[in-house]
Amino acid sequence: MNLDLALDTYVAESRELLEQMEEALLAFAKGDCDADRVNAVFRAAHTIKGSAGLFGLDAIVEFTHGVESVLDRVRDGLVIMDPVLANLLLECSDCMRQLVDAAGAGDTGAVVEEAPALRQRLSVYLGEARETSCAGARAQPPARVAGSAGDWHISLRFGRDVLRNGMDPVSFLRYLATVGDIVSIATLADALPSVEEMDPESCYLGFEIQLCTAADKQTIEDVFEFVRDDCQIRILPPSSKAADYVDLITALPEADTRLGEILVSSGALTQAELEAALASQSDCDQLADVPGAQEATATNRRLGEILVSQEVVREPVVQAALDKQKQGREAKGQEARFIRLDAEKLDRLINQVGELVIAGAGIGLAAKRVGATEMLEAASTLESLVESVRDSALQLRMVPIGATFNRFQRVVHDVAQELGKDIGLVINGAETELDKTMVDRIGDPLMHLVRNAMDHGIEQTDVRIAAGKSAKGMLSLNAFHESGSIVIEVSDDGGGLRRDRILAKAVERGLVAPDADLPDREVFDLIFEPGFSTAAKVSNLSGRGVGMDVVKRSVGDLRGTVEVDSVEGRGTTIRIRLPLTLAIIDGFLVAVGKSVFVVPLDIVEECLELTPEARAETSGRDFLNLRGQALPFIELNQLFDIAGPRSPRENILVVRSAGRRVGLVVDQLIGEAQTVIKPLGAWFQTVKGIGGSTIMSDGRVALILDVPGLLEHVHRPASRREVLKSAA
Amino acid sequence: MTGLPTRAGGASSAAGDAFENAEHSQERQQYLTFLIGKEVFGIGILRIKEIIEFAELTVVPMMPHCVRGVINLRGAVVPVLDLATRFGHQPAIPSRRTCIVIIEVQSGEDATQDLGVIVDSVNEVIEIPDTEIAPVPSFGTRIPEGFIEGMGKVAGKFVILLNVDRVLSTDDIVGVASRMSGAAEALAA
Repeated sequence: MNLDLALDTYVAESRELLEQMEEALLAFAKGDCDADRVNAVFRAAHTIKGSAGLFGLDAIVEFTHGVESVLDRVRDGLVIMDPVLANLLLECSDCMRQLVDAAGAGDTGAVVEEAPALRQRLSVYLGEARETSCAGARAQPPARVAGSAGDWHISLRFGRDVLRNGMDPVSFLRYLATVGDIVSIATLADALPSVEEMDPESCYLGFEIQLCTAADKQTIEDVFEFVRDDCQIRILPPSSKAADYVDLITALPEADTRLGEILVSSGALTQAELEAALASQSDCDQLADVPGAQEATATNRRLGEILVSQEVVREPVVQAALDKQKQGREAKGQEARFIRLDAEKLDRLINQVGELVIAGAGIGLAAKRVGATEMLEAASTLESLVESVRDSALQLRMVPIGATFNRFQRVVHDVAQELGKDIGLVINGAETELDKTMVDRIGDPLMHLVRNAMDHGIEQTDVRIAAGKSAKGMLSLNAFHESGSIVIEVSDDGGGLRRDRILAKAVERGLVAPDADLPDREVFDLIFEPGFSTAAKVSNLSGRGVGMDVVKRSVGDLRGTVEVDSVEGRGTTIRIRLPLTLAIIDGFLVAVGKSVFVVPLDIVEECLELTPEARAETSGRDFLNLRGQALPFIELNQLFDIAGPRSPRENILVVRSAGRRVGLVVDQLIGEAQTVIKPLGAWFQTVKGIGGSTIMSDGRVALILDVPGLLEHVHRPASRREVLKSAA
Repeated sequence: MTGLPTRAGGASSAAGDAFENAEHSQERQQYLTFLIGKEVFGIGILRIKEIIEFAELTVVPMMPHCVRGVINLRGAVVPVLDLATRFGHQPAIPSRRTCIVIIEVQSGEDATQDLGVIVDSVNEVIEIPDTEIAPVPSFGTRIPEGFIEGMGKVAGKFVILLNVDRVLSTDDIVGVASRMSGAAEALAA
């Protein structure tokens, strides 16, 4: 049987549960403790433990059991959930995560070093627990609830589909052994058909178990929680009346005498009791007249009814089972609302929608050429429909950034402790959506910014108080949409950037002339230079190999930008601006000779005409005078070696890249267009300055300029000449 | 270089089909023949996806001259190679009969890539038995030797059968692009 798939699911689910647990625990650590959260945490721990038992992951069961017990006591109000306990439990959840991860990696025997120490610390909270464990059960009906150990009898008939459902009957028995001592166990193979008829994937087994435990019925039932639906389970409490056993015997499908023997041999019944029971049963037979009818009637009566009438099942248990069912239904409802699907399928859809956009634009163009009104109308309807399809398709890839932000609750909590600072985190705009790929790739840069802000931004408490600020530092993560892009802000209310220090350092490193008069923004941008650090001391938080330059580069890779706003003494805000998606960009189309190029619109600053006079003025140099400032420019036709007559009216597209402004000389400005990005194949990987391609509405291919790459290329004139020569 | 690699490297399944269809136990393959300049060339038919009319190309700057540009093939951007330039001849001048033959090549482990090659005109699909494929002459073909898989004899005339993988090798064209075009130009001169 292949349990691997089920195990993967278990690991994934446990991780999710641990995340939920962590979230709630962080709330507790802040002193925000309510009963619902406690219950949620308890349930999470309980499920992790329960499922771990199924897979025989003893390390997890054992460790989580302690956590669960403490939580149970919190739930009962016997232990107060204070920040100290919350922190301890956070550490425990880390430990559980490690165990789960190890199990996921196939290492079921993994040992987590901290585990024994944590268990020790947990036991403090359990100290009184032992004494009051009976008290814990006190509220329940006195009848059959065992405060002390006794022999329970469990009749277990696994459903045919147990194995197919990914459950291993043996795991349940193994887990049952953690609840109490299995005194005796008899395997019933009566249902097993002859070899020819046997389906190896079906489970035909049943068990009669004698269990010695102090646990209550609920606990025992919980062992079988996952198979309760397709199995026949009857649990008889210690010292049940013989009649109960009779009922049990008649309710079960096996031959009566055979069951009786098992019960006798397992010590549940004495021979005399059995005989008496069988006698009374034969009375029933006579009453029913028809041989075998009693079996029919017994099975016709619903199991629940029988059990309740026998007072075998306590009312609360039935209630719990009903609740459980309801929960299950709700969970199913939720599942129906979400579909997990392969990202590749989504990508394919988006590609196809991209085709549709292009084809649609082509039809619009054709319609215009033909000029038939009807056709034009139909084309424009089509185009608007296609546009909404495109928006919906892109929407599919959008996920809220909240999950990424929430991870930082923990980071802030831990780092603040490590630094000995009191720092709170405020999250705004968690529901803001952005492309899944971006979410995955923005985590690391954000992590760096958050750590940085906490380490270097927010001051030590005494410094803050001296500066007249609140002792508690605040860090805030904020996300919102702004004109077709998403903005993510990391702000702190710390000391802010020291302009003079940055400048001094920049001058020292020769990045800036000593007498340069730079605006604030350009000064702050200097912190993104590689290896630039003004931190007086290096802590283990910074210097992890990810500098601000790497942050900037990762954001740049996502076609985003980073800006810094800072007021000395008041705090710093780092603003990351990202496009909503990587698949489609707003482009600006320009023509050079017969070639059409697309420049990402967000880097275009302005367009100007290159008048013959201005052209004459620039002879022999590659910059021109733009409102009193020197604007270097690149002539694309020369750089790309595009032959053909020069346009009499050249234009300059002013673009901004990496803090520089550069003019691109082109023949014609065509205008804006939605651009579906198509990668160029391996053949064009080495071409500098071309980032991809797109198909225009007339079906021709246009190349997308990679302006940063282009500038880098131009800055190395030697290589440029070489390429030109080889191309010539 | 003999006719053998045609069967081994070209397309094994094709060889199988041809084997079954053949009346005598002789293996034969089908080739698409086309003209470049005045020379007749052939490519194993199984590598060819389609033949389209020559249309305007988008030139990609800073590429070796034999890469004429890219075209839009039903939404996919496909690079197009000028075979004449690749062989070190004068670039093809598009005429009414000029075609782009779309060929599938291996790119990486299990990915394939479509490439277009410009030919002056497409002739026909012919069957050439292996026995009619002669080894490559050491000189005299005026195209780089490695590009040729064999010389097919059809009605007393030679058809140059191309080794598609060599001719369209990405490494060759892009990686050592400058060297190749330099060598080709020297050859052409």
